[in-house]
Amino acid sequence: MMDPITLLTVVVLAVFVGFEVVSKVTSKLHTPLMSGANAIHGIILVGAIIVAGQASDPWLLTVALIAVVLATVNLVGGFVVTDRMLEMFGSRKTNRPRAGAGKDGT
Amino acid sequence: MSVLGPGWTALFYLAAAVCFILALKGLSSPRTARRGNAIGATGALVAVLTVFLSAKLENIPLIIAAVAVGSAVAVPVARRVQMTQMPQLVALFNGVGGGAAALVAVLELGHSDDPWVRLAVTFTMLVGAVSFAGSAVTVGKLQELISTRPLLFPGMPVLMGAVVVGAVAAGGLVVATGSVGWALALLVLGLVAGLLLVLPVGGADVPIVISLLNAFTGLAVAASGIVLGNVLLLVAGTLVGASGTILTKVMAAAMGRGVTGIMFGAFRGGSTAGSTVQSDRPVRSSSPEDVAVQLGYAQRVVIVPGYGLAVAQGQHTIAELATALAARGVEVVFAIHPVAGRMPGHMNVLLAEANVPYEALKELEEANPEFPNTDVALIVGANDVVNPAAKSTPGAPIYGMPILEVAQAGQVVFLKRSMRPGFAGIENELLFDPKTTLLFGDAKDSLTRVLGAVKAL
Repeated sequence: MMDPITLLTVVVLAVFVGFEVVSKVTSKLHTPLMSGANAIHGIILVGAIIVAGQASDPWLLTVALIAVVLATVNLVGGFVVTDRMLEMFGSRKTNRPRAGAGKDGT
Repeated sequence: MSVLGPGWTALFYLAAAVCFILALKGLSSPRTARRGNAIGATGALVAVLTVFLSAKLENIPLIIAAVAVGSAVAVPVARRVQMTQMPQLVALFNGVGGGAAALVAVLELGHSDDPWVRLAVTFTMLVGAVSFAGSAVTVGKLQELISTRPLLFPGMPVLMGAVVVGAVAAGGLVVATGSVGWALALLVLGLVAGLLLVLPVGGADVPIVISLLNAFTGLAVAASGIVLGNVLLLVAGTLVGASGTILTKVMAAAMGRGVTGIMFGAFRGGSTAGSTVQSDRPVRSSSPEDVAVQLGYAQRVVIVPGYGLAVAQGQHTIAELATALAARGVEVVFAIHPVAGRMPGHMNVLLAEANVPYEALKELEEANPEFPNTDVALIVGANDVVNPAAKSTPGAPIYGMPILEVAQAGQVVFLKRSMRPGFAGIENELLFDPKTTLLFGDAKDSLTRVLGAVKAL
């Protein structure tokens, strides 16, 4: 367990940074911003990996691996879908030839 | 593996945290948004590699397999989802994140006797479970698997109160005893609380709730950072919790609502005033040719796109119609309500996809003063965002929401599927106004026929 005062310092500073960085965002970007923030809390994957790496009992390991899968879906899916939204905002300037038919081979 | 010592581990986690801050900062401006998202993803990659290289881990092949399964599920879904269904997907991702946090906390319960850590475990489980169940309800409402109207039953506030008391009691027992049985009871109570919290929320307010639950998941992740003694989780979770809270407030303000009114408005009654029955009052219906004449000989047309346009995948057709009208010398602009579509900014994404020029998109504050100089307001698949009840009927679920004042335009044309009320479940008086005409049908069909008729003028 970390020193409680250090923890409190970290939390208070992070709250202010969190307030500050999004305070002046245009309504056009609310959806991508929500989606991006949503992807960031997928970092719970780090926690899921730690508990899965320490699980000895097969049942606990199973639950931990489910947590790993769920967290990965949140993290990876979150960043990919946010990028897709933002790709559309950027597309009118660069006028890309490919629209939708992507590099994922579909 | 323990390749990295504690010093290096802390430095890499710090780098990841900085990436997340830069990501949120970048996402706040249109120019830097995409780069911001890429920086966030890089930070996440650094963090995941760091945990593999620093922590003493067993079961590494299984963990990697689980990550591969998660990615294999998430990437194709995220790449192929229809943009109209994107709000559901964001809610779904949020829910699974909350679920993961709750599971991590349960598994850590046996590893600590410290009451503060157990308190953090309790908080993570409860908030994660609320977020998971609440997000599931929002997905159901957005997919219209369950009613978009506020769902209430007699005794619901009492049940909610009982669940809260039960959760506090179970949480207290978990902190005192560290019992896994009580922890599971707490999880179940958290799930029930999530359902009860979101079921009474009306459809139009669902996006705000998604944003709120997003902040909840952030807080659950932050608390899990205390549980695991991991500063990165603490910082990243707190960042999302704080920025999500602000974003929720800003979004609610854009709709003229308060967050508490959204969450608890239905309990106070009045908010269920909406009707699901279709009215049989007479309306003036029109033909595609008539609409084409109205539009083609106007000087200024304002198009108000809504969710109906998005579900019909009509955004490309409407972009073509705008081009065809502009070629005839008609001034065409799009008036975008902040919550057009299903989420703030959703319609901007859809029209950007259809290559509508950025300059043609007007936000509410810019669009409203110009309606009196507008000949025709063409409303495509929108209803609630132009409903005058938001200004005239206190007690209506959308009362107080800023609307696009299309009634000030010379003529009003609705392209609608049916007389069914909008997402908020209330009737729109404007449909019965003498200067309003309606063209019924699927938005894309109607637009295609109007486009053909405009070209034939």
